[in-house]
Amino acid sequence: MARKLLLEHINVPGINTLDVYRQKGGYRAVEKALKTLTPDEVVEEVKKSGLRGRGGAGFPTGMKWSFLAKPEGVARYLVCNADESEPGTFKDRYLMTYIPHALIEGMIVSSFALGANTSYIYVRGEMMPQIRILERAIAEAKNAGFLGKNILGSGYDLELYVQPGGGAYICGEETALLESLEGKRGNPRIKPPFPAIAGLYGCPTVVNNVESIAAVVPIINDGGDEYAKIGIGRSTGTKLISASGNLVRPGVYEIELGLPVEEFIYSDEWCGGIANGKRLKATVAGGSSVPVLPANLTLKLANGDPRLMSYESLSEGGFATGTMMGSGGFIAFDEDQCIVRNTWNFSRFYHHESCGQCSPCREGTGWMEKVLHRLEYGHGKMSDIDLLVDVSKKIEGNTICPLGDAAAWPVASAIRHFRDEFEWHVNEPVKSLSTNYGLANYAEPIAKAVTAEN
Amino acid sequence: MSDKVKVTIDGITVEVAPGTSILNAARQIGGDIVPPAMCYYSKLEGSGGKCRTCIVKVSKGSEKDPRPMPKLVASCRTAVMDGMEVMNITSPEVIEARSGVVEMLLINHPLDCPVCDQAGECDLQNLGYEHGLQKTRYEFERRTFERIDIGDKIQLHMNRCILCYRCVFTADQITNKRVHGILNRGDHSEISTYIQTAVDNDFSGNVIDVCPVGALTDKTFRFKNRVWFTKPIDAHRDCPTCSGKVTLWYKGEDVIRVTARKDIYGEVEEFICNTCRFDKKKTADWVIEHPTHISDTSVISSNHYETLKPLPVIQDNPKLRLANKVELEKTTKF
Repeated sequence: MARKLLLEHINVPGINTLDVYRQKGGYRAVEKALKTLTPDEVVEEVKKSGLRGRGGAGFPTGMKWSFLAKPEGVARYLVCNADESEPGTFKDRYLMTYIPHALIEGMIVSSFALGANTSYIYVRGEMMPQIRILERAIAEAKNAGFLGKNILGSGYDLELYVQPGGGAYICGEETALLESLEGKRGNPRIKPPFPAIAGLYGCPTVVNNVESIAAVVPIINDGGDEYAKIGIGRSTGTKLISASGNLVRPGVYEIELGLPVEEFIYSDEWCGGIANGKRLKATVAGGSSVPVLPANLTLKLANGDPRLMSYESLSEGGFATGTMMGSGGFIAFDEDQCIVRNTWNFSRFYHHESCGQCSPCREGTGWMEKVLHRLEYGHGKMSDIDLLVDVSKKIEGNTICPLGDAAAWPVASAIRHFRDEFEWHVNEPVKSLSTNYGLANYAEPIAKAVTAEN
Repeated sequence: MSDKVKVTIDGITVEVAPGTSILNAARQIGGDIVPPAMCYYSKLEGSGGKCRTCIVKVSKGSEKDPRPMPKLVASCRTAVMDGMEVMNITSPEVIEARSGVVEMLLINHPLDCPVCDQAGECDLQNLGYEHGLQKTRYEFERRTFERIDIGDKIQLHMNRCILCYRCVFTADQITNKRVHGILNRGDHSEISTYIQTAVDNDFSGNVIDVCPVGALTDKTFRFKNRVWFTKPIDAHRDCPTCSGKVTLWYKGEDVIRVTARKDIYGEVEEFICNTCRFDKKKTADWVIEHPTHISDTSVISSNHYETLKPLPVIQDNPKLRLANKVELEKTTKF
């Protein structure tokens, strides 16, 4: 059995309540940090742990904290980004639903480390159950003296608020989140200045993902060095993976980073293989915004070595033969799934969610979606494929925030790895219109693309 | 120690104040190396960064950190660093990306220059000419909107809007209350419709001047004439509300339009009030200064110019000079 740090007690009845959470060792990290450590020492432990942001970018959390400006007499803020809404990614809401005190404990310790006296958990507006759960848990923590004035007699004050989000995917981008939190339209800000210098209300602010903040608890409990021993290379610790698609057992799993992808997909401890005895065709390893990988490159690197669930291994080979860890939204497609349809589906999402501030994203996402729709529904032209590649290039890197990249990468990678299938949609429009996606039975080129050795 | 920082743009070095944006540093040099800007407006705080037409390549970050920036950056919102090296027209990557941006901008902006009131004064027209493709690759239906009257003097035609946000910033910053904004997301975005009745203050007319395309037009001028048939004259009046410094646009003896004065980058020098803009259209209302300087390359200058510059072939040939006498006289007549 793999070691679990965040979900260790997930199956304990009542773990969402303060009493049970404390019985299982909860809030030890708060007591340790506030009574025995200085804020700088907490930051140092997080640095030692090698924890990387679990929201998608994978930036080292301790380093991000150390960038926080600390001008005299100016408030600092910690904002938890719980605006999880990318297709395929649902691990944060799982954590918030079943073990909310893990997040609240992490918020207290992290806020203490950053010198923040007011912190916010910005939750996607649609997640009302989670908002209620967190509000209740905050009330419990406050009654027990873990929040409010002079926490545990340490002299440290912290007010923690839950803020429902604007219900837009773009509000998960950290600067758009801050705009939304300030009550404005959730449009990304142009950086610099970065939030660490001028964030919420113009004050120095750190924005961290739910899982990143929850991971601070075991880091403080066991020490940064212990945490760094888990995992592989610069991918330390454990990671929540939300697995979905054509898997025998989709769900949220906590893995030790470095687990072979093949083991994650096929082992009974994890996903249990591809459903209905089908073969694996492709995966999206880190949420819909990362490049799609065909089965062979999912399981093995270009040089034949096994691919691992780690930041480095997943991105090995760049976008030519690799992908990204992203947020850990692992989607598996079996041999019957239509890549064009899935790409269109992702593209439709990004078109819908583009904020519209900058021209390439505003216009380009819609353009790609329309071309993909045309291809999927049998009206595509061969030139559409190159057009898609070109439009995605025009968007990538030229937008205010990474949503443009997130929209471009899935399209570009799908064509890179599954061009035959796109061409088949052009050549066989009637067959491709079938709603029964038995693609492998239809088309020889696509059957060849399914190269999983399973 | 100098309080200036050195930046090199397309091989030309200039010293500018710290905090200056790359775009403004380029403007201090002038000429072709100045990146185009559709949404940035120096008089509007917070503008810029959205249209992405001004993107440039930073090939050297600074003396301290000479690494190039990994992505193209918006020159209007990126501050210069000492020793920075920037590539604008010398970078094929920038030209390629900019042509992509122009293509995107033209997806939902009709090329109806022959009937658009902004023709001859349109930044996108210039940009499209320099970077556009001969024909569009976009084959889908464009979005269309009904025209909206914003009060009795201004008309919004969202078909032509490129969502630069300039008018939003203008309304936000030079009027007493927030009167309009952007509705919806992505390519469904539009300037909010409630402005039909909401833009009502002394300076609302400035949204017309800041609009880089023909989305916001002056109803008192709209379709009365083409801009290149008019004669711009700088004039002023003693106005209690604004500086009163304007450009009068003459057709024959009549003032058919009044606008704020614009600099060489198409930005107004000072915002003017609605009284000056819409209500003072007699020559007697104004103290005439001199003909407005119009760039030789502008279509507006096609009819009448401050100075006579006949082509060398005409200058050198007395017969041609005589033959063109009438036409040449027209160009000097104000």
